[in-house]
Amino acid sequence: MTDRVEDAYGAGNWTGALRRRAVKALPPEQLLPDRQPAYVSSWIYVFGALSLAALVWALVSGTWLALAGAAWWHTSTVGHFVNSLHLWSVELFFFFMVIHLWGQFFMASWRGRRALTWITGVVAFVGSIATAFTGYLVQQNFDSQWIATQAKDGLNSVGVGAWFNVLNTGQMLLWHVMLLPLVLGVLVVLHVLLVRVRGVVPPLDAPAGEVPPTEAAQ
Amino acid sequence: MTTTTDRPVSPPERRRISPAEPWPGPWRRFDIVKEFVIATVVVALLTVLLAAVFSSPDEKPITLQAWAKADPNDFVATAVSELDGQSGTATYGPPYNNTPDAGQKLGPVPLQRWGGVRAPVDTANDFVLGPLRAVPNDPALSAALSTYSAATADQQAKWASDYGDALANAPDGDPAKVAQGDYGPVPTLSRRLLDLAQSGGLDGALTTQGGQFYASDFTKPLLFLADGSYLEDQARAQHLGGDQWGMMNETGNYPGQAWLWLYTFWYQIKPFSTSDNADALVWGLMALLTLLLALLPFIPGLRSIPRLIPVHRLIWRDYYHRQTRT
Repeated sequence: MTDRVEDAYGAGNWTGALRRRAVKALPPEQLLPDRQPAYVSSWIYVFGALSLAALVWALVSGTWLALAGAAWWHTSTVGHFVNSLHLWSVELFFFFMVIHLWGQFFMASWRGRRALTWITGVVAFVGSIATAFTGYLVQQNFDSQWIATQAKDGLNSVGVGAWFNVLNTGQMLLWHVMLLPLVLGVLVVLHVLLVRVRGVVPPLDAPAGEVPPTEAAQ
Repeated sequence: MTTTTDRPVSPPERRRISPAEPWPGPWRRFDIVKEFVIATVVVALLTVLLAAVFSSPDEKPITLQAWAKADPNDFVATAVSELDGQSGTATYGPPYNNTPDAGQKLGPVPLQRWGGVRAPVDTANDFVLGPLRAVPNDPALSAALSTYSAATADQQAKWASDYGDALANAPDGDPAKVAQGDYGPVPTLSRRLLDLAQSGGLDGALTTQGGQFYASDFTKPLLFLADGSYLEDQARAQHLGGDQWGMMNETGNYPGQAWLWLYTFWYQIKPFSTSDNADALVWGLMALLTLLLALLPFIPGLRSIPRLIPVHRLIWRDYYHRQTRT
C-alpha cells in the first residue's frame, strides 16, 4: 500500500513532479499558518481579511440575484432585500479595501520581493471599481440610465466606447456577472497566495538585533 | 523564539535585516482560519444590519412615454433637433457618426476619432423617420413622410432648422404657439412622433429596430433620452449633475460610488471643468495616476514617502517600543 502511494508521486511521474513543485512553492504551513511574526499585532492587519469576507458576501448576494434574474429585485420584496445586501456588502468591501490599501502603503509593503503582491493588489482594486461600476449600469433603473449616459463620454473620448458600450445593458450584464468577477477572482487569489508565500512585510528598519547571534555573525 | 545574549549588541554592530529574509525574531500563535471565519461572520452581520436599516435605492427608469407625457415640449424640440442634425448625438462624432472636427483629443492625440464609427447612429432615420414609417393607417403621416423624403437634403434641413428656431422662440417652447412659417411636413412629423411616444410605441420601436425580438441594447433610446433636457433636469434635482459630483452619487441618501471621488474631483476644477476635452484629459490623468500607484515600488522618492510620514511607527508601535526597551 505504501509503495502504491509512493508510486503515485514517483520521480518519473509528471503529476507527482507538479505536486512536489506546488507544495514547495506553496507549503501548507505558509498557506494556512498557525503562527506569525510578533510584529503583526495591529488592527490594520484585520482589514485584508475583512475585505475578503465582504467580497465573499458580495459574490453570494450577487449569485442569488443572478439566479433569480436581472429584473427580479424590482418586483419582489425579498429581491429588493437581496439587492440591498449586495449593495452594502460592496460598500463594505470598498471601505475595508481602501483602509487595507492605505495601511499597506504606510507600511511600504512592497519591500522584500513583494512588488508583485502590491501590483496585484492595485490591479484588483481597479478591477473592483470596474466591476462595481458595471453593477450600477445593470440595475435597470434611473441610476443606470443617468450613469450610463454620463459615463459614455469618458469611454468614447479615449476611443473604447464601442467595444465597452455602457449603453448596451446586455453587454454590461455579462461583464458584471461573468467576465469581471472572473478576472477579479483570479487577481484576488493570486494576491492572497503571494501574501502567504512572501509573508507579511517586517517593520521598516527592523534591526538584526532580533537575529540570534549565530545568524547575525554570518 | 527570541534568543538573548549576555552581552547586548551595540548599535554600530547592528545590521538592518532584509525585508526578503525569513523573519528571525519572535513569533506568536495565529489561526488564519479562525480569523477569516470571524471576519466573515462580522461582515455578514454588518451587511444584514445596513441592508435592513438603509435598504437600497430603486428610482424607476424614465421611459420615452413618461418623458413625452411629462414634458412634451422638450420631447418635440429634441425630435426636431434629431431631424435637423443639431442634437448632441447627431453632432457627437465617433463612435456614432463622422461629424467633421467632432471628438475629444488627449493633447494632440485624437483618440476618439481613432476609435472610429463603430456604433453608427443616423438620428433622423433611427429616432424619427424609421419609427414613423412603421405607423399604420395614418394617411396624413404617410403624406408628410412622402413630402419630406421627396425634398432635397437642403430643403429638409431648412424646414427642420426653421421649425427648431421657431420652437425655441415660442412661449415655453410650445409647438401650438410657434410663429407662422414654412416648416414643410416637420410639424406633422414631430407631432406624430409625440403621439407615438405618448402611446408607448416609441420605446419598443427603438429597441427592436432591425427585426429584433429580444432587446438588450438600449444605446439608441438612451442617446435619444439624453439629447433632451428632461433626463438631466431629473438628475440635477437629485444632485446628480456633472458639476454636482454626479458620477459618484446615486439617487437618495446613499454613499454611491464613493471610491470614484478622485475621478469626479477633476471635473470640478479648471482646466478640466472648462475644457472641451475634459473627458479625455481626466481619463488620461487617471490612467497615469493608476500606473504610478501600481508601479510605486519602483519609483524613487514616492516609494520613500512611508519613511517620511511615520504612520508605520503607530502601526508597529509595540514592536518599536520593544526595540527601544532592548
